[in-house]
Amino acid sequence: MPTSSLPRSSRSGTELAGPTKMIRFDNVTKRYDRGREALSNVSLEIGAGELIFLTGHSGAGKSTLLKLIALIERPTRGQVLFEGRNIGRLPDRAIPRHRRQIGMVFQDHKLLEDRTVFGNIALPMIIAGYSPREIRGRVRAALEHVGLLDREKNTPTMLSTGEQQRIGIARAVVARPKLLIADEPTGNLDPELSLDIMNLFRRFNEVGVTMLIATHDTQLLSRLGGRRVMLAEGRVELNGGDESPRSGL
Amino acid sequence: MKKLNTYFRMHAQNCIGALGAMTRQPLASSLTIAVIGIALAMPSALNVIVQNGRAVAGGWDNIRDFSVYLKPNTPVERARELRDQLDASPVVESARMITADDALLEFQDDPEFGELLTTLESNPLPHTIVVRPTEDVRPPDLQELASALARRSDVDLVKLDTDWVRRLNAMLDLVRRGVWIAGSMLLVAVIVIIGNTIRLDIQNRRAEIEVTKLLGGSDGFVRRPFLYTGFWYGLLGSCFALFLLAISLWLLSGPIERLAALYGSSFRPLGMDGGTVLAILGGGLLAGLGGAWSAVARHLAAIQPRV
Repeated sequence: MPTSSLPRSSRSGTELAGPTKMIRFDNVTKRYDRGREALSNVSLEIGAGELIFLTGHSGAGKSTLLKLIALIERPTRGQVLFEGRNIGRLPDRAIPRHRRQIGMVFQDHKLLEDRTVFGNIALPMIIAGYSPREIRGRVRAALEHVGLLDREKNTPTMLSTGEQQRIGIARAVVARPKLLIADEPTGNLDPELSLDIMNLFRRFNEVGVTMLIATHDTQLLSRLGGRRVMLAEGRVELNGGDESPRSGL
Repeated sequence: MKKLNTYFRMHAQNCIGALGAMTRQPLASSLTIAVIGIALAMPSALNVIVQNGRAVAGGWDNIRDFSVYLKPNTPVERARELRDQLDASPVVESARMITADDALLEFQDDPEFGELLTTLESNPLPHTIVVRPTEDVRPPDLQELASALARRSDVDLVKLDTDWVRRLNAMLDLVRRGVWIAGSMLLVAVIVIIGNTIRLDIQNRRAEIEVTKLLGGSDGFVRRPFLYTGFWYGLLGSCFALFLLAISLWLLSGPIERLAALYGSSFRPLGMDGGTVLAILGGGLLAGLGGAWSAVARHLAAIQPRV
């Protein structure tokens, strides 16, 4: 695991500058209004191109950590650096631009039911202002990657849960984000479909997309590789290879 | 250049898209447009009627004129003298005399009176002086002149008949102010209607707004479709208002012409002028964008993605 110090600058090219950190948490604490600390002094580094599984029981702080990266929440203390920039300090109006660099996959996939599969996947590209021609090409390519090219005219309600999740993933990768974060993407799926989805993530990671996937499904992970970061009660309990969790947890 | 193209394409997409979204709910959209149209047409129609009224009243300038009937058997020289005196008065623009003989000739041409007059031995008509006061004459001065004339021994009757025109004008002023007040209130009503329609629209599309914000849609991107919806409501509402107004004027033109003919006026009813059309379109668009903006400003920021 590379341990270089601070990235040189927010604009440093990830390839040329060597092991630049895409994301860095510096003693980050997040406390919600009711006083509960969702994250306590979390420090963590994620390099470009990494595949990281974020594990832990529900309530351990996995979702909060992802929300801080997507600026759905802001840290109470500490810094979250994205490509060297402290995003906790970004003004509200800069949030959309920040989010366009990130693909997001949700447990409930958050597809729009009144739009076709094509329309759903096209949304990030429409937001980013691509031309209709580019959008058509890239949406079809994304559909092909997730193996659902023949469903582009369906609405999400006509698809199975597993297919809906794959559409969610196609939407997350279509605008070629630097980072993909997924919060319990297999939470509603049976083991076989879950493995399917995880393999899909791995394939995207192999072509260079940095991935941060929160899941409580540790059984599944034993077959997937990647780095594991385990949270418990808002703290990093384990950070590294695929060691088994400590006893007592 | 590419950026500019993207900008215009996004606007065009939103503009057409907003119209498309309205056509997917034809009943609700038409009802909203109808309400906006009626609310805009009512003050406009009243305004056109008031304008017509003023034009009619303005056409009756000669109603300032009053007639001075001299006592019978007043010598014509005496009458001429009085006419010259009046002509020289500062409050009189002109004084015209109709001698008894001229008046008789005039009546003889009339098929109804002609025969009657031939049965009379002498001319029963008096000399008449038609006085046209100056345009800026003050009513009290005019009244004073009229009573001074009436007191003369050789004057039989002074027929001053301008009060009702002044009353009409005053009434029209009152109505016009009323039109302004009603118009402003209805414009506010249109803003509220459009604002409320957009608010419901925002609520119905909550999921879409949340997802768009999650995917990095800026506030402007999220706001734009709703502003275009307001724009379309305003535009289509004003077009409907113009249509209603055209129909009302067409229905009114017959009676107005007849009324004008009864008063011997050559008045032609005024239609919608460019100013009215622009005012309706401007008012509609202003209300549309204003209503949409107020709804968007209050309700859109409150929708933040919940994950």
